[in-house]
Amino acid sequence: MSTTLFRTIQPNHFTLLTNALLRTRRTSRHISVRCQTSTTTQQSSSQQQQPRTSAPKNHGSNKLDEILKDYEAVIGIETHVQLSTSTKAFCSCPNSYGSHPNTSICPVCMGLPGALPVLSSKVVDFGVRLGLALNCSLSLKSKFDRKQYFYPDLPKGYQISQFDVPIASGGYVDVDIPLEFGGGHRRFGITRVHMEEDAGKLLHSDAGDYSQVDLNRAGVPLLEIVSEPDIRSGVEAAEYGSEMQRIVRYLGVSNGNMQEGSLRCDVNISIRPIGQAEFGTKVEIKNLNAFSAMSRAIDYEITRQALLYNQGQADQIVTETRLWDEGAQKTVTMRKKEGLADYRYFPEPDLPEVILTQEYVDSIRASLPELPEAKRRRYEAMGLGIQDVLFLANDVSVAEYFDEVIGKGADVKSAANWLMSDIAAYLKNEELSISDVKLTPQELAELIAAIKDETISGKIGKQILFELLAKGGTVQGMIKEKDLVQITDPVEIEKMIMKVISESPKQLEQYRSGKTKLQGFFTGQVMKMSKGKANPALLNKILLEKLNAKD
Amino acid sequence: MLSTLQPPRSLTLLPFRRLHGSKTIASLASSSPTLDASSVSPPQSQILTTRRSLLSGETTASEIAKSYLSRIRLTEPQLKCFLHVSENVLKEAQEIDQRISRGEEVGPLAGVVIGVKDNICTEGMPSTAASRILEHYRPPFDATAVKKIKEMGGIVVGKTNMDEFGMGSTTEASAFQVTANPWDLTRVPGGSSGGTAAAVAAKQCMVSLGSDTGGSVRQPASFCGVVGLKPTYGRVSRFGLMAYASSLDVIGCFGSTVADAGMLLHAVSGYDRFDSTSSKQDVPDFESQFLSMDSFESKPLKGVRVGLIRETLEEGVDSGVRSATQEAASHLEALGCLVTEVSLPSFSLGLPAYYVIASSESSSNLSRYDGVRYGNQVMADELNKLYDCSRGQGFGGEVKMRILMGTYALSAGYYDAYYKRAQQVRTLIRKDFKAALDHNDILISPAAPSAAYKIGEKKDDPLAMYAGDIMTVNVNLAGLPAIVLPCGLVEGGPSGLPVGLQMIGAAFDEETLLKVGHIFEQTLNGSGFVPPTLPNVA
Repeated sequence: MSTTLFRTIQPNHFTLLTNALLRTRRTSRHISVRCQTSTTTQQSSSQQQQPRTSAPKNHGSNKLDEILKDYEAVIGIETHVQLSTSTKAFCSCPNSYGSHPNTSICPVCMGLPGALPVLSSKVVDFGVRLGLALNCSLSLKSKFDRKQYFYPDLPKGYQISQFDVPIASGGYVDVDIPLEFGGGHRRFGITRVHMEEDAGKLLHSDAGDYSQVDLNRAGVPLLEIVSEPDIRSGVEAAEYGSEMQRIVRYLGVSNGNMQEGSLRCDVNISIRPIGQAEFGTKVEIKNLNAFSAMSRAIDYEITRQALLYNQGQADQIVTETRLWDEGAQKTVTMRKKEGLADYRYFPEPDLPEVILTQEYVDSIRASLPELPEAKRRRYEAMGLGIQDVLFLANDVSVAEYFDEVIGKGADVKSAANWLMSDIAAYLKNEELSISDVKLTPQELAELIAAIKDETISGKIGKQILFELLAKGGTVQGMIKEKDLVQITDPVEIEKMIMKVISESPKQLEQYRSGKTKLQGFFTGQVMKMSKGKANPALLNKILLEKLNAKD
Repeated sequence: MLSTLQPPRSLTLLPFRRLHGSKTIASLASSSPTLDASSVSPPQSQILTTRRSLLSGETTASEIAKSYLSRIRLTEPQLKCFLHVSENVLKEAQEIDQRISRGEEVGPLAGVVIGVKDNICTEGMPSTAASRILEHYRPPFDATAVKKIKEMGGIVVGKTNMDEFGMGSTTEASAFQVTANPWDLTRVPGGSSGGTAAAVAAKQCMVSLGSDTGGSVRQPASFCGVVGLKPTYGRVSRFGLMAYASSLDVIGCFGSTVADAGMLLHAVSGYDRFDSTSSKQDVPDFESQFLSMDSFESKPLKGVRVGLIRETLEEGVDSGVRSATQEAASHLEALGCLVTEVSLPSFSLGLPAYYVIASSESSSNLSRYDGVRYGNQVMADELNKLYDCSRGQGFGGEVKMRILMGTYALSAGYYDAYYKRAQQVRTLIRKDFKAALDHNDILISPAAPSAAYKIGEKKDDPLAMYAGDIMTVNVNLAGLPAIVLPCGLVEGGPSGLPVGLQMIGAAFDEETLLKVGHIFEQTLNGSGFVPPTLPNVA
């Protein structure tokens, strides 16, 4: 459970796609990626979909499994990352999510006649950061191009983007597949990273008889990351997406929120018989609002295509854009592409070339934080199990918190345990994030130390943890204030034990006549008497001595 | 009121008028530029005159404004230079007068009556680029150039007619009206800044702002007998100029003298953070170039190297234009210039390259006129129909043709053959100009192959009209500055038609152009170019 805790709080977001704009928002806030091993991925997902989808309906899971094993999926992902710059990319309008429609606009992002774009240097900065983080080589000289098409949310009739010379290209990203999905380490190629601007949004009337345009988002900077077609399954795709989210959050270039549309993944998928060199017909899937949805959509699509192949209907796999329908748990045709869209790219004449100096690149490289992959490897080297490693490195603020705790000298494993069990549970219950808690890393380290040096018992530690999380304060202060110092004096403990034994002759008799389970009763009584402060090990040792003493 | 206008310089003094009827009447250049100041009144700067007379109290801004407004009322029915005349002219003039009377400082353009081409945004004033699709559109902001002239006290008198979105060479492609050439009302004023040039020629305004993508300032300046100045690409901010072809567009200046055009350019030049293609180059004070004639030496342009572009005097150029250009070259020689012929081997490639690049960029730049956010929207029950009808009814034929050409040139499979090749030609042209300007301070050529032609003459022959741009498009492709100033008259119209000389300079060297242009202008015998068709206002 704990490994998916942070990653899976992903409410389905209000989709950006027009025909689904008015669909009721699903309220489930906790989508967990179901446990399945990678070898049974396709099987189990098709089982899940069987009752709801037509394609796999007539096939038993074994038969389906038989079919699927003959095919290989080839998957590439385009990820759009909305940058958390304070202004839009080409004007000084604030880049703010959720403002009242058309309140964050100006002549430039409205595409008024005569208005011209001026590039914000922050966008380049973020592009270089992400490019470096994805191990890309950077183009010291890149340029912007116009991608041309008509749509009411595109004010200029073209999108300023980068076509043939992206700012970064030829990189890779390393991911660890979680154990419950089979585990293992995978490397996916990154084709390119380029800078571009976002479009506005269309809002359709209930009756569908008119639409309104909100241009608040028009001109917001994006980085588009294109992966190599190295991905083979829904699980891998989800893990690739999660890693992108982690990286942009680590870098601070985006909040990576899928529900706000700050991170959007479009999947290109084709399948081919194993052993075949050429790719099959590519289908694009959009409307993926969570990584779990992405995983399921891909597995559904693999099954759909494999069945078509198997039934000799491969010609029905056509180049098209399909939507993931979360309600029906299937992909549906959105639009068929007739030939390749011709965007008539040409160099944007309103913007000069983007020239980077090596010093600039070096200075950004030097300022990069430790990235998720490096963190995972470091945690692993510290002796933590992969489950712990993935958990801790998953969320940048958790990782930073953890690093601070161990930086204060706390025991690595204890710190990991506290974070993964009690603190994680607390955060989940209270719907908080690690940055909301009042317990400082310093105090968590103190707490761990106090338990380790037996100043307080683990049990007391747990008790005051929740108070510290909610209210803050210092461990020492709380120990003093509540008089929580552990009783480690054997004489004192023995006194209490003797008192309890003498007050419970009946239980003592039962114990001595063989009902040894009653030891717990005595332990509890002593603990109660000591207000939980008795050193448990000492208590048990002395208690056993006394209980078993033949007098 | 009209008496406050500059008196027209005496037409009777112009020697060439006596040659009227001969095949070419372009013998303007005196073989001896020694000046007889008593016989010719040199053209004067209206900006300087205005400044002087306002500060001395000789006249008021209100009086000046009134005289121009009545001039417009008088001449506009025939000429149709303006698409809109500002309602605020008198109010703004009064404010200037009040400031002067209170002893407050006024800007260097205080009281200067300025026309602005309709594709340059003026806050709250209609700005339509002479297109139906922007009919009644009023921008919420001033173009940077307009903002600057307003800050310096200039008065925007109105918006001048043009070919729709700057696409055309006659101003006949305006969606609203056809402007007549003040020299002959049956002829075109040139284009696309036809209304802008004609308004200056007809003294409906003192100076004006136009735009030049392939010659749209220089060719109408030539046709209307005024000075047209196209600065280096990047010298003047394009912010607020409705884009036709972004990599070629510049805002340019019209005046009846070189000094006026130069001073207006000085006012609007400079880096603008709202235009990332504007240059951070320093803007020199051009005014120091405009010395009075008395201070000229006998060879005031001694040592200036002038290259006469051979390819511009070849086939297809009217003989009158050719001889006027040659006369101008002789005149420059007489002023001390070292004139030689230079060759630009890539010259003839410029025209097709220009039309590919300009059409390509315009097909993209005009995509924003979709009827969704502003401008004319044709209601439709379906999105594509909304686009089709709004654009179909909003754009004129010439604009549609160029959008089609540009869309074609940028299409997959054609890009390399057209757009990319045109860019290669552009590089070649730049190189040729660079080489020629390494050995010369300026290059000269005619501004257009002919003088103004008849309205309607080339309307159905776009290729013939495009061919008329051959003298000017290369300069835009190379991004260089150029000035066109009247250098003679050829036969035609009631009293001859003006012919312009184009001087091309090195990048950001407007200074040399203005210096040479000013001396050329001041020393030209009978250098007052005043159209004969205007009501007598003397």
